[in-house]
Amino acid sequence: MISKISPSVSAALADVPHGATIMVGGFGGAGMPNELIDGLLEQGASDLTIVANNAGNAEFGLAALLKAGRVRKVICSFPRQVDSYVFDALYRAGKIDLELVPQGNLAERIRAAGAGIGGFFTQVGFGTELAKANGVAKETREINGEMYVLESPIHADVALIKAERGDRWGNLTYRMTARNFGPVMAMAAKTTIASVHELCELGEISPEHVITPGIFVQRVVKIARAVTVASGVKAS
Amino acid sequence: MSYTKLTREQLAARVAKDIPEGAYVNLGIGLPTMVANHFAAGFEVFLQSENGLLGMGPAPSKGDEDYDLINAGKQPVTLLPGGSFFHSADSFAMMRAGHLDIAVLGAFQVAANGDLANWHTGSKDDIPAVGGAMDLAVGAKQTWVMMEHLTKSGESKLVSRCSYPITGVNCVSRIYTDLAVIDVTPDGFRLVEAVAGLSCDALSALSNIAILE
Repeated sequence: MISKISPSVSAALADVPHGATIMVGGFGGAGMPNELIDGLLEQGASDLTIVANNAGNAEFGLAALLKAGRVRKVICSFPRQVDSYVFDALYRAGKIDLELVPQGNLAERIRAAGAGIGGFFTQVGFGTELAKANGVAKETREINGEMYVLESPIHADVALIKAERGDRWGNLTYRMTARNFGPVMAMAAKTTIASVHELCELGEISPEHVITPGIFVQRVVKIARAVTVASGVKAS
Repeated sequence: MSYTKLTREQLAARVAKDIPEGAYVNLGIGLPTMVANHFAAGFEVFLQSENGLLGMGPAPSKGDEDYDLINAGKQPVTLLPGGSFFHSADSFAMMRAGHLDIAVLGAFQVAANGDLANWHTGSKDDIPAVGGAMDLAVGAKQTWVMMEHLTKSGESKLVSRCSYPITGVNCVSRIYTDLAVIDVTPDGFRLVEAVAGLSCDALSALSNIAILE
């Protein structure tokens, strides 16, 4: 019998190596796998590259990982938040690398990795500072009279994502806007670890409603909704 | 002759007036978000939010907030009946491929050739953050800018060339300010309308750049 269900967060994260590239789902608090990030903090892997939309809030989750000096580089679209002071201080002190990517390019570069695409041309970013990689202009091409920039896929060793329901084959559903980067990150990582609030029997999730098919998911770990920071339930 | 600037609410109402029923629209963070408050009851416009929803409704009443249901500004919102959720790559495909009819964005500067600057001041101490600004600016069928005409220190946000790092090249088609509605044309800025009592010449002088009549 195949079961991708991990007994605990620590078991799910046990083999994350130093130097890994780790995708972290979420947009703001929605879809942020806080318990998995806390688990990673406890697990100890360092010299990490984090791929996420944001770069952490206050001193929990991603910000805590940054504060602990475990992150070498962040690839994201919007690090600046009202409470992103941990990232801000590291960045200003030159203690962390930032690759800033327009959000749609970020999503599509991740999707490209998950879909086996070697690169793609997009108009987004053309003529801007973000059409450079390490200070060097990215390749451009005129297609049907419009200018495009060549963007490369972003692969990861591990994806940490937050889903709503999952089964032992790794099929997932998401809740409302907590879906955001989860489905594409699941496709782009060698090992995708999904937290779910509800474990289902096979077939209990309607096959019509599966958003991420189990082939993209290696581990599923149940997190009780009550202990979730961004649980999606009403504000207390 | 004296003139009165539009209030933020009046400006939002002015932008809303030009959005046709049935349009797929993304309203940027900040000032553009206010446009949503100015559609008549029963007037159907599809509001898209970059984090993966279409058919966005108004803010929930106090106590009904659900933090899995937020907008691009990370504020709790609601979903209208008929609304849908989707992942980030689909959300940005809606922009990039021009499925979205109109993006209304804030701006630091707009240049006479339609270049937009709205993501970064370029200052060394400023933490750069772009989010979906570049995708929206370039992707939507029409990119409108909604902004105060002058900066707090009185400088024009209409410029011959952006001094701030640009968000997109030649992407803005129309500008709504607290003083005027202006089209970006191959010949430069062209006045559509100005607030009562403000002539095109006076507006040009105030803007420190030619605005065609």
